[in-house]
Amino acid sequence: MKGRLFRHPLSRRSLLGQAGLAGLTMVGAPAWGQTMTDLALPGGPSERQITKAFPQKGPMILQRTRPPLLETPFEVFDKGVFTPNDQFYVRWHWAVIPTEIDVNSFRLRVHGHVNNETSLTLADILALPRVELAAVNQCSGNSRGFFQPRVAGAQWANGAMGNALWAGVRLRDVLDRAGVKAGAQRVRLKGMDEPVVPEAPDFMKSLDIDHARDSEVMIAFAMNGEQLPLLNGFPLRLVVPGWYSTYWVKMLNDIEVLDRADDSYWMKVAYTIPDTPGADVKPGTTGFKTVPINRMVPRSFITNIKPGASLPAGAPTSLRGIAFGGDTGVQRVDVSSDGGATWQPAKLGADQGKYGFRRWEVFITLPAKSGFILKVRCTNSDGLAQPDRPNWNPSGFMRNVVESTPGVAG
Amino acid sequence: MSQRWALPLLLTAILLAPVPGHSEQPLTLTSVSVELPESDNMFTGPGSEALNENCLACHSAGMVLNQPALPRATWQAVVAKMIHIYKAPVEEKDVGPIVDYLTAMKPAN
Repeated sequence: MKGRLFRHPLSRRSLLGQAGLAGLTMVGAPAWGQTMTDLALPGGPSERQITKAFPQKGPMILQRTRPPLLETPFEVFDKGVFTPNDQFYVRWHWAVIPTEIDVNSFRLRVHGHVNNETSLTLADILALPRVELAAVNQCSGNSRGFFQPRVAGAQWANGAMGNALWAGVRLRDVLDRAGVKAGAQRVRLKGMDEPVVPEAPDFMKSLDIDHARDSEVMIAFAMNGEQLPLLNGFPLRLVVPGWYSTYWVKMLNDIEVLDRADDSYWMKVAYTIPDTPGADVKPGTTGFKTVPINRMVPRSFITNIKPGASLPAGAPTSLRGIAFGGDTGVQRVDVSSDGGATWQPAKLGADQGKYGFRRWEVFITLPAKSGFILKVRCTNSDGLAQPDRPNWNPSGFMRNVVESTPGVAG
Repeated sequence: MSQRWALPLLLTAILLAPVPGHSEQPLTLTSVSVELPESDNMFTGPGSEALNENCLACHSAGMVLNQPALPRATWQAVVAKMIHIYKAPVEEKDVGPIVDYLTAMKPAN
């Protein structure tokens, strides 16, 4: 029975046997030589291992081994607006992830409410008109570990995000190869990953037909000029500019056009937010109306000063960082060195596209012998600014409060 | 751990057209073969058998052990989701002990 229940090549029994041999490894007491990092999550646990054990990946913060949850170490964001592929964060829902992809036999199936069901090779896809776009990919639950009261889920700090230059083809052009029939409502996307228990709901997401055909939604085969790392979705991943990463289906191999609403679990139940401004409800609230999570909201971070830093007083100090507007560009970034009492505008770096990270820099002069709280606030091109107060919802989604960095000047 | 991902098993799908506005170089996609690491983390201490028996087939222990202290009702809801939505074949007799263990977890730092 166990053999039938589980897709994973390891049965539960053999998994336990294997784990038992290593049972002397103490949880919470990492082996000698492991590098640890402290994410400063309120109330803990806050320590995480830095791992280099994952293929095509450099040093990453280990949140979970299987299925992998790997966070980008925050110092990476100080190096530039594009996040390197080998340190781009990783998040999988189900543990059965293909580890071998043959570019000759791979097929992308397009079916459902279409005139001609079709199956495209990678060569077919590469022959379509190419598009390129910089865009932030951010987990819905990025920064969940900072929610108070704390909530269940992946306990990310701020590194479940990244910005890449994506290259691929328009989803619209792929849909046109099959010919969408009149009356289409949704386009549902599924990847090659599967749950260990076959009866569990396959991970799939859907977009409105008009959104899917807006010419911005892309099927990407490259990020930052290289093919995608397997753990970031090789060979194809959906790119939905301005929307949370839950829609950016990895290892995309199945596109289904629906002539009806999508009432599957991953749209109707999972990844839903309170239908309130900022997805914000009073902690403990239940029974509120929900909607599927959708567009991102503005965020900004200081990347060259760590909390608790000691900075010189009475002399100009450089602050720099990154900002993004969410579903549109960055209009301005303002910085405060007195806990939000007064603000000064930062100078914005080159605009690499409205959906990407934008560098900013500003010089501040701190008064002598005082504690300080630095704050940074992004206002996007629609005039939406980050809030002063953190939002709360039971899933830990859409955090975008103005970040605070305390320190001492002396 | 062996990492064979870099082996170019097959070369195909060479696009000769340049990338508009970017690179003049053709993009080549190369087949990939990798190995993903396994975790040997186990739940330890009183009551851990129920978790080691029922939870580790679908996910390693790490994310559970990274959770903050959460109320019993929250853990009951998480375990119910695993069983009823994610179809985890958890033995009925183990549900209570699993919730007890999770509720009693104390953040390590």
